Amino acid sequence: MINIEIDGKQVAVAQGSTVMDAAKQVGIYIPHFCYHKKLSIAANCRMCLVEVEKAPKPLPACATPVSEGMKVSTHSQQAVTAQKGVMEFLLINHPLDCPICDQGGECQLQDLAVGYGSSGSRYQEAKRAVTNKNLGPLISTDMTRCIHCTRCVRFGQEIAGIMELGMAGRGEHSEILTFVGKTVDSELSGNVIDLCPVGALVSKPFRYSARTWELSRRKSISPHCGLGSNLVVQVKNNRVMRVLPRENEAVNECWLSDKDRFSYEGLNSGDRLTIPMIRKSGEWQTCGWQEALAFTAEGIKNVINKYGAQSIGALGSAHSTLEELYLLQKLMRRLGSHNIDHRVRQSNFRADVISQGVPWLGIQIAEVSQLKSILIIGSTLRKDHPLLAQRIRQAVKQGAQLSVINPIGDDLFTKLAYQTIVAPSAMLNAVLQVLKAVAEIKNIPISEQIASAVKQINISESARGMANSLIEHSPSAVFLGNIAQHHPHYADLFSAIQAISEITGAKFGVLGEAANSVGAYSVGVVPWDVRAESANKTESRKSGLNAGQMLGLGVSEEESACSAYILLNLEPELDSYDTRRASQVINRAEFVVSLNSYKGNIPDYADVILPVSPFTETSGTFVNTEGRIQSFQGVVSPLGETRPAWKVLRVLGNLLQLEGFDYDSSEQIRAEIISDKEEFVQNLNNSLDVLSIKDFDQKGSEVERIGEIPIYQADPIVRRAISLQKTHDAAPPMAFASSALLNKAGILAGETVRINQQNEEIQLAISVDDNLPDDCIRLACAHPQISRLGTMFGEIKLEKL
Amino acid sequence: MNSLMLSIEALKKIDREIAKYPTDKKQSAVMSALAIAQDEKGWLATETMDFIADYLEMPAIAVYEVATFYNMYNLKPIGKYKLTVCTNLPCALSGSNQTVDYLKKKLGIGFNETTVDGLFTLKEGECMGACGDAPVLLVNNKRMCSFMTEDQIDKLLEELKK
Ligand code: SF4
Ligand code: FES
Ligand code: FES
Repeated sequence: MINIEIDGKQVAVAQGSTVMDAAKQVGIYIPHFCYHKKLSIAANCRMCLVEVEKAPKPLPACATPVSEGMKVSTHSQQAVTAQKGVMEFLLINHPLDCPICDQGGECQLQDLAVGYGSSGSRYQEAKRAVTNKNLGPLISTDMTRCIHCTRCVRFGQEIAGIMELGMAGRGEHSEILTFVGKTVDSELSGNVIDLCPVGALVSKPFRYSARTWELSRRKSISPHCGLGSNLVVQVKNNRVMRVLPRENEAVNECWLSDKDRFSYEGLNSGDRLTIPMIRKSGEWQTCGWQEALAFTAEGIKNVINKYGAQSIGALGSAHSTLEELYLLQKLMRRLGSHNIDHRVRQSNFRADVISQGVPWLGIQIAEVSQLKSILIIGSTLRKDHPLLAQRIRQAVKQGAQLSVINPIGDDLFTKLAYQTIVAPSAMLNAVLQVLKAVAEIKNIPISEQIASAVKQINISESARGMANSLIEHSPSAVFLGNIAQHHPHYADLFSAIQAISEITGAKFGVLGEAANSVGAYSVGVVPWDVRAESANKTESRKSGLNAGQMLGLGVSEEESACSAYILLNLEPELDSYDTRRASQVINRAEFVVSLNSYKGNIPDYADVILPVSPFTETSGTFVNTEGRIQSFQGVVSPLGETRPAWKVLRVLGNLLQLEGFDYDSSEQIRAEIISDKEEFVQNLNNSLDVLSIKDFDQKGSEVERIGEIPIYQADPIVRRAISLQKTHDAAPPMAFASSALLNKAGILAGETVRINQQNEEIQLAISVDDNLPDDCIRLACAHPQISRLGTMFGEIKLEKL
Repeated sequence: MNSLMLSIEALKKIDREIAKYPTDKKQSAVMSALAIAQDEKGWLATETMDFIADYLEMPAIAVYEVATFYNMYNLKPIGKYKLTVCTNLPCALSGSNQTVDYLKKKLGIGFNETTVDGLFTLKEGECMGACGDAPVLLVNNKRMCSFMTEDQIDKLLEELKK
């Protein structure tokens, strides 16, 4: 520890700290622009000059390391003169356009100019003007306002992992820009808006729509990916105007992904439902809640009378709140059906009967930063988990080794230790190679149930490398990404990584797909009553239909799995593993109740449409991928006749004469699920009772599909966020294949081709991606143009037109 | 990536520069790589910078930062001879303004312009560390000319025109 004195206060700080760090520790504010706690030190704005005893001139606090006995004054004559001088220089070229600048009211330059600027300028010459740049649909520029702090540049290099912005020119001619004609496409790009201390980079969707002081700030939680980013939602006239990060070091740090930041536009979409609707003798009509709910109850009762309670199925999206999901499963179970699930994109449910608890990340999010070796299996990591990818990037910078086993070779903007890119059908083999290698290296026998699976397997170089990495660098962890969770070998992959973990001591888990995946599972939105039995009575599970069965997997084409469906925040024609089958079975059902915020295609297949609140219009709780319980309040009142889904389900429960549906608030429901004191849900457990690997020798088909979920198609809200829909990541879907496959088929890159899957076909352009394994076509799912095709993985045919 | 962007010789030279740095610090060679490319091409087109970025495995924008920072790199096509006159204080005190005026009059061009015959481009430069010889100018980044009075200029232009 080093002892120094700042403004007369004694402080002890760690060796290597800067004067800025020390000042923060004792709560002394030193004005600054370029300094940011998460970025490298640039020391180029000079606003932080302070006086240091015995130093011949003022020193920048952000870049001056402390030394024993140092005496610093931040407010002495010399310091203040220096700070005022810097301010005068900064203002020489800065335009006086605060009245029309979106940053006005939350501008660091404006604030500090009040403290350090003078009332008039001595500068008589012409100010410089800089042309604005087109950085894409999310960031608007006013480059004349830039003060060249380079925070935006450093953010790209250090946090987003890709340098898209740079500072060209020198001296007075310096400009922030992208390389000739490029836009900023990083999935974390919006953070530069927060970082920019002036109004040079501002939010394009929010631009000119409100002044910051007119907005009320309300806390919330992001409903998108499994991270559960903490939000400040800003509201004016009962409308969500923008979303900013709320700092939480344990979750999102001070960042937000663009999805979290800009998808609020979807909340104000024209596709929002505002009034209940029922279908009477084939015609849609709007009606009051009472009528709609009576109609719903009547419909459900009819189906039960005709076919029994087992013929009803419920599917709840894991983007719904804990309270809503809990009531949905309670309703179903009281009706006498265990047909309830949230895992709509999962295709392999074999682990259900052997799972011991709720699958989760396996460690806390913050611990990811401390990992020394990480193996990720089956993930479009940057797109599915943008901020987790960022954390992993930082861990790699601190020396962690990152390896991936994936069917795609996308750049993760970080260093990879080992990489295996294979067709989906070969992924299990690749993981088993690692298992075999760790067993060999540690000389520990592989557990009996799965030993036969690895017998015939040959260990590749990279598998051995991954194995060594996991063993030698601890703490280590193995994660299954979304692709692995949707994968037809999910249970096998899970068993394999558990076995790897047992041998190496690595932690293992899944990267939670949705904001409430863990929550949905933990309150029993799965086909057995998680809450009713103790974790180890797995054999005796009285199980209903899982999401796959309800959505037509393994059910013959003529049948429908259920006669009635209750859908919560779900668009099954986009949100399922096999969208073609899902549409068929839902269409065929006798009675479909859809609780949703958006109209979409619901009128095509539903019989009742109940408009329910998105996360901003109801109180509720999300449980993130590490099991952290995060509750929030509604930030605006419900749109039109919209009601929170928990209220709708409560009334429905009462109308169906079920017991235990008398709640006055969502907090009451919450109290029934978890106690107030709990910070994390209790039943997290990744372990399987028995390891089981069945499909290790399965042959892939001639050409396989790699179906991923595009970042801005993943849930109903983001699908309707118009600015995000203009980004590169939301470009119209294309198919990708290796040049080897295209050559074989005699197809040129860019050509339109016919793609055929399970007797459905579409035509679209195909492009080359030589980072793909041969004999695979990468073709996104969850897109209206493509959802006619079937399963996310499996056989697919490519034909020249 | 178009590997015919630069000649084999140029690539060899760049490789020699790369070899001077640790293997994971290829981008340290960016300044010499740009200079080599410019020697061959006369100027640095966007595609050339893109090529160098790929070659050194660094972001294109980072190459651009370097190329725009140093005014010895030409980002537009220029005449056969680039005359860069230092206009910083010591040179200015020793008459570089007159040097500039004389050159402008004689060549009939201003700063950043090229004569119609494509022979000369005039550029303004920063201190070249040769203030003792002021006023100074630089021909094609490589040849330093000292004490540039009017007859010195005449001589230089005569020589270059040949
Ligand atoms: S654009 Fe903003 S963040 Fe970037 S250098 Fe300029 S002032 Fe700093
Ligand atoms: S904050 Fe220290 S120089 Fe910018
Ligand atoms: S000022 Fe001209 S060379 Fe130094």
